[in-house]
Amino acid sequence: MSTQAATHDLRDTHLDDAELHARLTRTWRTGPSLIARLSSVDHKVVGRRYILTAFFFLCLGGLSAVAMRLQLARPEAKLLGPDLYNQLFTMHGTTMMFLFAVPVMEAFAVYLVPLMLGTRNIAFPRLNAFSYWVYLSGGIFLWASFMLKVGPDVGWFAYTPLSGPDFSPGKRVDVWAQMITFTEVSALAVAVEIIVTTFKQRAPGMTLDRIPLFVWSMLVTSFLIIFAMPAVMVASTMLILDRLVGTHFFNPAEGGDALLWQHLFWFFGHPEVYIIFIPATGMVSSIIVTFSRRPAFGYLALVLSIIAVGFLSFGLWVHHMFVTGLPQLGNAFFTASSMLIAIPNGIQIFCWLAALWNGRPVFKTPLLFVLGFFFIFIIGGMSGVMVASVPIDTQVHDTYFVVAHFHYVLIGGAVFPLLGAVYYWFPKITGRILSERMGQWNFWLAFIGFNVAFFPMHILGLQGMPRRVYTYLPEMGWGSLNMLATVGALILFISFLLLLINVIGSASRGVPAGDNPWDAGTLEWATTSPPQPYNFSRIPFVTHHEPLWDNRESLPVITGLSVESREIVSGTLTEAYPEIRESSPEPSLWPLLAALAVGGTFLGSIFTPWAVVWGSIPVAITLIAWFWPKGTPEDEK
Amino acid sequence: MRPRPVQDVSELPTYGFGSTSPIWWGTLGFVALEGTGFALAIGAYLYLWQVNSQWPLSVASPNHWPGTVMLIVLLASIWPNLLAERAARAEDLPNTRLWLIVMSAIGVLAVAIRGWEFAHMNIRWDSNAYGSIVWFILGLHATHLITDLGDTIVLAVLMFTRHVTGKRYSDVSDNAFYWYFVVASWVPLWALLYGVPRL
Repeated sequence: MSTQAATHDLRDTHLDDAELHARLTRTWRTGPSLIARLSSVDHKVVGRRYILTAFFFLCLGGLSAVAMRLQLARPEAKLLGPDLYNQLFTMHGTTMMFLFAVPVMEAFAVYLVPLMLGTRNIAFPRLNAFSYWVYLSGGIFLWASFMLKVGPDVGWFAYTPLSGPDFSPGKRVDVWAQMITFTEVSALAVAVEIIVTTFKQRAPGMTLDRIPLFVWSMLVTSFLIIFAMPAVMVASTMLILDRLVGTHFFNPAEGGDALLWQHLFWFFGHPEVYIIFIPATGMVSSIIVTFSRRPAFGYLALVLSIIAVGFLSFGLWVHHMFVTGLPQLGNAFFTASSMLIAIPNGIQIFCWLAALWNGRPVFKTPLLFVLGFFFIFIIGGMSGVMVASVPIDTQVHDTYFVVAHFHYVLIGGAVFPLLGAVYYWFPKITGRILSERMGQWNFWLAFIGFNVAFFPMHILGLQGMPRRVYTYLPEMGWGSLNMLATVGALILFISFLLLLINVIGSASRGVPAGDNPWDAGTLEWATTSPPQPYNFSRIPFVTHHEPLWDNRESLPVITGLSVESREIVSGTLTEAYPEIRESSPEPSLWPLLAALAVGGTFLGSIFTPWAVVWGSIPVAITLIAWFWPKGTPEDEK
Repeated sequence: MRPRPVQDVSELPTYGFGSTSPIWWGTLGFVALEGTGFALAIGAYLYLWQVNSQWPLSVASPNHWPGTVMLIVLLASIWPNLLAERAARAEDLPNTRLWLIVMSAIGVLAVAIRGWEFAHMNIRWDSNAYGSIVWFILGLHATHLITDLGDTIVLAVLMFTRHVTGKRYSDVSDNAFYWYFVVASWVPLWALLYGVPRL
């Protein structure tokens, strides 16, 4: 017994590097067998899966956009019929928002946040694995339904009464509503993990003012998720209840109200934009600091701006509803708050420009994408100030002007920083650098393609072309600008093909990256590329918000953690003063089985409400099995 | 980069209670998001109340007694819940077992009261929007009663197995923490469901 206890309690304090590596690897690794892979709770393994899956859904969403652009290139084209077109724009929006944009940002956080904070795994790693499987099931469910010709066709925001039982019989909207439940469950779980990881698992010494800006952005985003996403879950649950068991939430004939849907949806839907945009600002900050070769300009101003944007984002939702006949005073309030949010966003942009101005910028691909972000996002912000004004919004509502505006905001504000982030962190994730030459081509094609595709839509919108029409008459005179937009979309598409080729080629033949190819300052660059299963052989001690620039020769570390069981350091909220040696759960297949049980329940529920009752049994069994101690050293502390 | 040891954490404990424990923070996160769900459901109720000239819609006001009994039982349960939490923090196994069993029994009672309550709302979910939102709110809260009951029973059983360790006591105290949320959320819901129809 005493020998066993001694073995279980072996600490890293006096071990040499080779033995430390061997023992930590044995404790933290994901085994090679299929079961072991499916049981993995390593945040890097799950994060990589999340990133790849999100990009796969980007492909599907992008291809549906290309199909729509080809249809719209000429007046009265016959490539797609109205029904398929309705499904495609719904699938495009739904996929991009729920299966790509939010998950990809959380995916990067799942991979990077624990590394940036100097810990060995995310908080609640099994919940993390569970969230991935639920997300994957939701995505497969949506696209399998589309293949089976029951793809939703009511737009990504599924307005009632169109989406209600009277106007959308059949299963299409049920598929949409339950897909929401899948993706929100997974997003909410990841949000809680990121908050707790950031609050409790920061490396000792990492006080609040030393948290990397990307982590700040993900922390604020996670709070937005927690306070915004329940709204869409409440709404989609009410919708499916109206459709399946005869409730009347949105049925005016029985005291319900169709606008209640819009309020609930946009109470989620507007913060959603910032749930996508705020992580991108964190990526921009990381890239700008590294490539301008100086610490962030206005760290405090940047952090406070992110928090201000987070708060203000909850006061904007009615600007999506200006044409629904709400009281003018309410509209005026939401116009004012919509313009107000430009202020903290502007502060961030000026801080970044100041860092570039004051630094020695290195114009590698990641920075190019950030510069592209400035250009495109600022145009999107300016058209945003325009549509925040009720009279202009009333004119351009439901036209291509709005389509142009939000693609400038979302692609400019989120996808360009994301692509920069791919080039920036790819070496950490794979150990190899993406080709710089192809990266430059990638950037310029994306930048030109994007603007050629979307700028004409401003003009088309002002000329009166409505959204969500599958074709138009030649007499409208919209043909040439639509053709131009389609050409731009194809160029943008080619830029993504180039990225795919670059990723596949560089993953095996790229230049080896080493630990820190960009000479960056945050902790993820203190470990190997790709990181070992245990992330850091010894947990770093943080002295600065760019710790690697503060410690050029040696890295201060802490000792005393177990090497025989999964242990992490958990500390105080503000000072990150170490409090406990917390065990981190070992791999388990139960999160996957629980996700299957939950997924089966959601799927069954669109056919019979009793599925919820019967499904709760396997859900309960899998959850109990997941939590039940298995007698491992991690369980017995 | 060469590591330079500056601090040793080998003497730190392996578990903690309350805000020391990451699980407590995770619980707080779920309380925040579920609390948002309740707040939005309350908002939807008030919205529907505002857009209708008559409330409740063409039915009698609900019988408040089952809900009031629920309120009394839940408020009274704070005391044994506090004792369960204290016993867990003191790592007092007999009392932890005792109060977990008591809390499980209270959970069963609360679920039974909820069934009684549904039957005395004087309305079905599919009668009109008033019925829909009443059932929605009661159902949402019932889900919380049931999940916390499940959690409490599992922990009670665990405390009779060989898996009783320091961390289990921490889990018991986090479970008690969650129950305060289940109780606290019923107060505004009770006032809403039985007060607004009588305004």
